[in-house]
Amino acid sequence: MQIYLPIAEISVNAFLLLGLGGIVGVLSGIFGVGGGFLITPLLFFVGVPPSVAVATSANQIVASSFSGLLAHMKRKNVDLRMGWVLLGGGLVGSAIGVVVFNYLKSLGQVDLLVRLCYVLFLGVIGSLMLVESLNAIRRAKKAGAPVIKRRNRNWVHTAPLKVRFRTSGLYISIIPPLLVGFAVGMLAAVMGVGGGFILVPAMIYILGMPTRVVIGTSLFQIIFVAAFTTMLHAITNHTVDLPLALFLLVGGVVGAQIGTRIGVKLKAEQLRVLLALLVVAVCAKIALELLLEPSELYSIASTVDLS
Amino acid sequence: MIRVLFCLCLGLIALLPLPQVARANEQVVLGLSQDRVAITARFDGSEILIFGAVKRETPIPDEPLDVIITIAGPSGPVTLRRKDQKFGIWINTASLKISQAPSFYAVATSRPLDVVLDQNEDLRHGISLDQRIYAYTLAAMTNEAKDFSAALVRIREQDGSYQMLEGAVDVDQQTLFRSSIALPSNLTEGAYETRIFLTRSGKVISSFDTVIDVRKVGLERFLFNLAQEQAALYGLLSLALAIFFGWAASAFFRLLRQG
Repeated sequence: MQIYLPIAEISVNAFLLLGLGGIVGVLSGIFGVGGGFLITPLLFFVGVPPSVAVATSANQIVASSFSGLLAHMKRKNVDLRMGWVLLGGGLVGSAIGVVVFNYLKSLGQVDLLVRLCYVLFLGVIGSLMLVESLNAIRRAKKAGAPVIKRRNRNWVHTAPLKVRFRTSGLYISIIPPLLVGFAVGMLAAVMGVGGGFILVPAMIYILGMPTRVVIGTSLFQIIFVAAFTTMLHAITNHTVDLPLALFLLVGGVVGAQIGTRIGVKLKAEQLRVLLALLVVAVCAKIALELLLEPSELYSIASTVDLS
Repeated sequence: MIRVLFCLCLGLIALLPLPQVARANEQVVLGLSQDRVAITARFDGSEILIFGAVKRETPIPDEPLDVIITIAGPSGPVTLRRKDQKFGIWINTASLKISQAPSFYAVATSRPLDVVLDQNEDLRHGISLDQRIYAYTLAAMTNEAKDFSAALVRIREQDGSYQMLEGAVDVDQQTLFRSSIALPSNLTEGAYETRIFLTRSGKVISSFDTVIDVRKVGLERFLFNLAQEQAALYGLLSLALAIFFGWAASAFFRLLRQG
């Protein structure tokens, strides 16, 4: 069934959109990532103009994250207090990030910078996670009995202004979460993504939150970031395509529910290995695009420049 | 189907006022299967049937008659970028802005274009794709600008926005002609300028202009206007729908579990 998208101005198959939304929704539910890094290139491939793809996927992410969040909240896997703290830092970070982005845009080559950022961050985070989680799995196998790792007491625990995060089982200073939120918000604004990719590993490794709580809490934060992005694009660029978003999100919300159920069945280490593999794969794809000679050297520039 | 429309058209031609071109003693009388294209939610490209007849008072000349039909979508500026390898990675290094390029352009001819049209006539009427694009970059006609224009044509030919349909016009007894041109689904709204040229030995002897109106209608029109004119409301509506569907899916799955 073909459907004409009024803003994207192309006609696409409705079932294809439902399927795309579904796949991204499943990943979103399992890993707590928004999926913008995945849906945007997929939409380019279908023929949706980049500016419309970026804006509309933000809207779709709101839906699938909200669906995933509700599922996680029922299981009490969302640390709302931590979510608000991260969000507070994140909003300040994105505001500064937008300023940085516009400055870079005035210098030109922002597209390249975004791609290099992706490769750098995804590469480093992905490989670190992969090594760590594989080690964890190996240790668990060797020991026979589960090894309870005592968390290192570092500056995260010793800094002042301590707050109790009950759901995460943490009693730490409020400063590290604020800084993490700030850094992720800034990077998200510069790179044009929700930031789940950076936020999830940061919560696990820097803040030492349990993997299960991390995913729900990440979704909580992504909803706000994605909603903000949607409004920004709708008002300044008029590039949110409602019918496109509708088909994607119907697939997405169903996928997110399924993803959450899959995630519950997996062990924390397995979850981290899979996420690490996904991050490394996306990184490799972008790196290859930069390194291999493109088949068509020329491209028609879109009106709005986004990754 | 084609035949029915065709006959219908010929019947109508007798009633139509004569076209304004009176330079030659051969004139085009034209019919279109539709003079407007409505873009609805189920729009998936459209085929325009163009047919007509040559009206003449003198005997048919010896040289063969050829017909060229062009359809041009709304024009606008286009920026092209070129990638080069620098420090081992491929990055955009050069760009060129073409001030006016049609969003859609199709040329249908009765025989190969270089046979039915000579260079000067092409230049004067801007018929071939090259003329149509190059005409706007003529001022800076360096080799590099040529490469960029060629790239634009290449990219747009691949997605069906630019079409060169040589031999796609059927001419019958030097009097009747017909052709069909497929409009792709990625149409831009606007007036599609349609031109028909009659040529003999490479010279244009008569031409006829008309317009096909391409418009979004119904829900498509409503959403497009809302997005443009009530941007904040449209954004909030998008978010409300997203939240609603997020909740609905969650509620649905909960019911599924209990039930």
